[in-house]
Amino acid sequence: MTWYPLDTGIVLVGALSAVACALLGNFLVLKRISMMGDALSHAVLPGLAIAFLLTGSRGSLTMFIGAAVAGVLTAAISQWVSELGQVEESASLGVVFTALFALGLILIVRGADAVDLDPGCVLYGSLELVPLESWNVAGFPLPRAAAPLAVACVLNLGFLLLFYKELKVSTFDPALAKTLGIPARLLHYVLMTLIAVTTVAAFESVGSILVIAMLIVPPATAHLLTDRLPVMLLLSVVLAMAAAVLGHVAAITVPTWFGYADTSTAGMMAVVAGLLFGLAVLAAPRYGLARRVAQQFAVTLRIAREDALGLLYRIEETQAGVSAAAVPRLLREALGGSSLLNHWALRSLRRAGHITRADAEYRLTDAGRATARTLIRAHRLWESYLTKHLALRPDQVHAPAHRIEHFTTGAMREALAGDVEPATQDPHGRSIPDEPSAGEASAVQ
Amino acid sequence: MIDTHAATDVTSTDTPAVSRGGLPLDRVPLAVHDLTVAYYRKPVLWDVDFEAPEGKLIAIVGPNGAGKSTLIKAALDLVPRTSGRVLFYGKPYRRQRQLIGYVPQRESVDWDFPVTALDVVVMGRYGQVGWCRPVGRQHREAARAALEHVGMGDFAGRQISQLSGGQQQRVFLARALAQDARLYFMDEPFAGVDAATEKAIVRILHELRSGGRTVIAVHHDLQTVPEYFDHVLLVNLRVVAAGPTASTFTSENLQKTFGGRLTLLDQAAHALASRR
Ligand SMILES: Nc1ncnc2c1ncn2[C@@H]1O[C@H](COP(=O)(O)OP(=O)(O)OP(=O)(O)O)[C@@H](O)[C@H]1O
Ligand SMILES: [Mg+2]
Repeated sequence: MTWYPLDTGIVLVGALSAVACALLGNFLVLKRISMMGDALSHAVLPGLAIAFLLTGSRGSLTMFIGAAVAGVLTAAISQWVSELGQVEESASLGVVFTALFALGLILIVRGADAVDLDPGCVLYGSLELVPLESWNVAGFPLPRAAAPLAVACVLNLGFLLLFYKELKVSTFDPALAKTLGIPARLLHYVLMTLIAVTTVAAFESVGSILVIAMLIVPPATAHLLTDRLPVMLLLSVVLAMAAAVLGHVAAITVPTWFGYADTSTAGMMAVVAGLLFGLAVLAAPRYGLARRVAQQFAVTLRIAREDALGLLYRIEETQAGVSAAAVPRLLREALGGSSLLNHWALRSLRRAGHITRADAEYRLTDAGRATARTLIRAHRLWESYLTKHLALRPDQVHAPAHRIEHFTTGAMREALAGDVEPATQDPHGRSIPDEPSAGEASAVQ
Repeated sequence: MIDTHAATDVTSTDTPAVSRGGLPLDRVPLAVHDLTVAYYRKPVLWDVDFEAPEGKLIAIVGPNGAGKSTLIKAALDLVPRTSGRVLFYGKPYRRQRQLIGYVPQRESVDWDFPVTALDVVVMGRYGQVGWCRPVGRQHREAARAALEHVGMGDFAGRQISQLSGGQQQRVFLARALAQDARLYFMDEPFAGVDAATEKAIVRILHELRSGGRTVIAVHHDLQTVPEYFDHVLLVNLRVVAAGPTASTFTSENLQKTFGGRLTLLDQAAHALASRR
């Protein structure tokens, strides 16, 4: 991979559009109106076309005003449609923006000779062509397209910082905001206007598909990773920049591995943003799949370890020596569970110093015995309790006690011991061990 | 935000300074006159007249869909009024915002929102903080004190989805306390809370009352109405009856409010009888 100054220019423009979009997108995601990003970026099209047809100018200011008006109209019309038609807001949004987008396309195609707006370009942008129009800043070719995007970034960041608490409360609880005298609806429309304007600023270089992706994906990813609003805002910006850099790197490297020329950077940015989102789904600290699986496995392993300790304790009780080789088989027969899991359980017990393996036999250490004792105690207390209160036969109580013993706290054991009579013997006539003394218990830790 | 009530409100400032009950209007926390509210032309509140006495705990009681929440929202300009006038201490709502606190129904917000319990309570102070200004130390401290007051001090840093329903309700209450209002509207503050939280909320209501505040709360548990509230407002589209609990919360009025649909009524009547 060779990196030219023009690559830097492309990444800069990509990153600026991504950041400008992501900043505002946070509030779309939090208001649960992510569709609005999609809608606005399409619905600005007739605004652009009409602005052009009216003024005959393609200057930035005309375009921005056209977009802003179209943006506000989209938000307002879809709200009216949903209120008057009594339909869900997202449904009315779908109707309004597709209609406006179609109108925009017709206007553009009709005036195709005069208008040099290309629908394809609106969708996909032309990020690779951006360095063609550059200023020379101290030898570095700074793309002209960076200027409006930088302005959009500053504008959006300023809006967020200045109205941070107003945006926060009117997004979280619009009714409270209104009773506090904060015009939630006005803020909403300002937000929509800024999105429309940002969309237009980003259109030419990155295209509307990437705009939609950047409005929603980095904020949604950030939302998975944190539950603090300021952190979410910051993370969304970092993720947007990461998508721009990695997207461009991927665009110029990945296809060459397969013998193709490089591919569209804007497309790759969207792909990378999607991959980052996928990673967050898997790895997010609280909601992530990986964590949930790990938690479940931790519980399963704990139960297997406790079962192994319980088995060794019972073997010790009967004073029958059992060879280490037989233990895994016994575990499987007595308790089920896969051999692999039991193997892991035994290994982790040895590491933790709960059991030792000597003379081809597994032995409990003092710490291991103390843990096993609380477990067996819980088990036998439960057997007594179930016999006493549910009038079950002794042969019916082993299985339920075996399941619940793993989730019995000290306080519960105490309460059980206070309830059953006698508290020293279970229904099968085996003795219920005492609670380990404080000294023994501390050895467990 | 377009204020559709501006026209009526301007004239309402020079209405007579005396209420129907003969009190000076600035001593009446809430005076509602001929209030009608309709969604899509279907009226849900019809000709409501009501005056709330100062320093009392007032229950709004009525069946589901009776318009209880709508009454509160219309009073607070959250939904447009078809007709009618609402005055707070003699003035329209816009000029009395600072004096009025609102605790919405718990389901009305998104609890997955990335904020902590303390953040939510601080929102109650935004009215005092002012536009575009960061939240100062004294406001954070007031919010923390309010959280402590409802017994939620240890949960200040928790993200709000990790609170139980009762704890969320307490956070909402703390937010209202932090607002330090004179008149509170609470929409079903007791919905889905356990006995301990219910007691805690009642204690706070009593403290508010002894501080001279007025609380108007939507309440669904007929059994506890006489115990918790001084006044009741029975609504079902219209006002069925309003007044002190002892004389107004009768099985006859309840029958009128709920129609034939409640067997609970008999229980409530029973509860009433056993209290006398
Ligand atoms: N935004 C809305 N749009 C249309 N109709 C509404 C709206 N909000 C409420 N309604 C209707 O107005 C009526 C009164 O609703 P409201 O929420 O005030 O009832 P409520 O007395 O608070 O009931 P609940 O005890 O269930 O909370 C209901 O019939 C309801 O369907
Ligand atoms: Mg309600």
